[in-house]
Amino acid sequence: MAIKKPKVAVFKFASCDGCQLSILDAEDELLIIANAVDIAFFPEASRRMLKGPYDISFVEGSITTPHDVEYIREVRKMSRVLVTIGACATAGGIQALRNWKDIKEFTQIVYAKPEYISALDRSLPISSYVHVDFELQGCPINKYQFIEVMSAFLHRRRPNVSSHSVCIECKTKGNICVLVDKGIPCLGPVTHAGCGALCPSYQRGCYGCYGPMESPNTQSLSKHFIRLGLTGQDVMLAFRGFNAYAEAFRKESDAHEK
Amino acid sequence: MKNKTIKIGYLARVEGEGGILIKIRGGEVTDVKLNIFEPPRFFEAFLRGRKYFEAPDITSRICGICPIAYQMSSIHAIENAFDIVIDGQLRELRRLIYCGEWIESHALHIYMLHAPDFLGYEDALQLARDYPDIVKRGLQLKKTGNDLVALLGGREVHPINVRVGGFYHLPDKKEFVAIADKLKWARDAALETVRWTAKFNFPEFEQDYEFVSLRHPDEYPFNEGKLVSSKGLDINIKEYELHFEEEHVSHSNALQSVHKGSGEYFAGPLARFNLNFDKLSPIAKESSKEVGVLKGVCNPFKSIIVRSIETLYACDEALRIINQYEPPEKSCIDVIPRKGTGFGCTEAPRGLLYHRYSIGDDGLIKEAEIVPPTSQNQRMIENDLRSFVTANINLPREELIWKCEQTVRNYDPCISCATHLIKLTIDE
Ligand code: SF4
Ligand code: SF4
Repeated sequence: MAIKKPKVAVFKFASCDGCQLSILDAEDELLIIANAVDIAFFPEASRRMLKGPYDISFVEGSITTPHDVEYIREVRKMSRVLVTIGACATAGGIQALRNWKDIKEFTQIVYAKPEYISALDRSLPISSYVHVDFELQGCPINKYQFIEVMSAFLHRRRPNVSSHSVCIECKTKGNICVLVDKGIPCLGPVTHAGCGALCPSYQRGCYGCYGPMESPNTQSLSKHFIRLGLTGQDVMLAFRGFNAYAEAFRKESDAHEK
Repeated sequence: MKNKTIKIGYLARVEGEGGILIKIRGGEVTDVKLNIFEPPRFFEAFLRGRKYFEAPDITSRICGICPIAYQMSSIHAIENAFDIVIDGQLRELRRLIYCGEWIESHALHIYMLHAPDFLGYEDALQLARDYPDIVKRGLQLKKTGNDLVALLGGREVHPINVRVGGFYHLPDKKEFVAIADKLKWARDAALETVRWTAKFNFPEFEQDYEFVSLRHPDEYPFNEGKLVSSKGLDINIKEYELHFEEEHVSHSNALQSVHKGSGEYFAGPLARFNLNFDKLSPIAKESSKEVGVLKGVCNPFKSIIVRSIETLYACDEALRIINQYEPPEKSCIDVIPRKGTGFGCTEAPRGLLYHRYSIGDDGLIKEAEIVPPTSQNQRMIENDLRSFVTANINLPREELIWKCEQTVRNYDPCISCATHLIKLTIDE
């Protein structure tokens, strides 16, 4: 064997598997990636599970159980670079909606014997427990951004992932603004780019699945929503979605809770 | 053989996290557990108080592999509560996007998750070193399914274009032309897949199952139909909870479904195929005859062939829909929310997916109930493991472990769905 290939791992916590699946969805690139790196640990795809240390670990999912807390600390120790992928791992995900509720009550709604369930009272992002080198947002992530992030870290450079809003992507695409033109509530002005302004391109408002952009002006957008006739509760629900526990969205939804 | 414990701590090539524990005492299998340690995510709880139109987007996040199934079951349930019926081209387009999900999900399972077991490889990437053209065919087939989902849904995972009442926006008729060419290739590739998988070696393992699936008078089931079983069940989907119940066991974060009075049952491709063979298209029927897999197949290892036949059907059906497609006047019919309870049951790639919602006057969800396919198959998987290990107790340990994993993968279990499964332990 000539040069040692970098070891890559993919770990999963509480999630829907959609972000790891986006990796397998890179059908045209997958075999090339598999040649360039050693996929050392990726249980969704292989029963071959090599021990760490790993050059890069990608982490999907949020921390929701006492066991998760221990495991993520082990993962950190085994990983030179740790990149979180998706809204679950970067913000706690849709399951963070429980952070506003009583977990005992939740367990009773879903499970007949709640005593069998071990869960923390909050669903938190990976960065709440360990140092994260890079966070790739999206619910799910964009597979091309994933490939960019992986190759950037393998070449020891910063990933080229733009930090502007979905709004800018809309303008670049030449979309007609659904918010201004049709009065459809749209989180595009405060949401992190990456999807290519998908929802507005399909005539619907953005629901914020890529999470907040850097320093978003959520307050002014809420005011605009109210002018469009939304109630405080509507605004609260709009911000309390797939990235509900990301700081900017959390504060805005709390501000509108009665 | 004396005592042993087979423990698979972290089952690979399944969606989500789970393991298997099998205890053997005095040469007999005394305990089989499919442990689901995928953490619970409490969807049914936090759907309460959300707006009815958010349900398809929220519930799709239960599973990144079959988001369309969640979107379809939820919209049908909500439309049922509002007394709305979707027909004509909008109904056809729903079938079309479901075809895309079957093709994508089945191709993923056949080529990347299941075939490596039959051929003795740890994963598809290693398989690709010896059989690059076969794996490339699988990836291309999967991609065609994904392209179809993305065309109608905006993207492959968690599509954004499906809504209660129809779609947000309809693609141009001419956009269907390009995908039709890919689907014609995919239909040929699916036929080759049927022939390829039919040549694998299958363990002798026939079981007496109760198969449960939807059945529709005019079509192979996706979105609608009655619930039927191979042992005489024939009910409307709204009666589902009268006939089936979910039980909570200590070793699993997923609830296990049982058919009241008779116990475990089998959902998924094998069930659909056995209960709806007559509704397959001619090309799918012919391929079944060619490889000798006909109605009545009850060897779960052969599910990989049936999945391939269903992939062939889905390509064929997608082409039928595209060929007859005339754009409807509107992308969505008017939806007037009202108080009520609605039921939805559709055929996810892995089997039945049941949703029930109660909605208030204000359009907010009061209560939600979701039963995914893997909850339904969990007991059956444990049964199969018990029977398989009992019959093969003298296999060398490593081989037995691998075969147990394969037994679980027959069901293409989706553990992420089931926890709203897998780690193998054999204890001797
Ligand atoms: S971020 Fe979204 S797509 Fe990714 S694992 Fe979480 S729920 Fe699934
Ligand atoms: S427009 Fe918004 S909600 Fe839609 S895919 Fe993009 S980030 Fe997600």
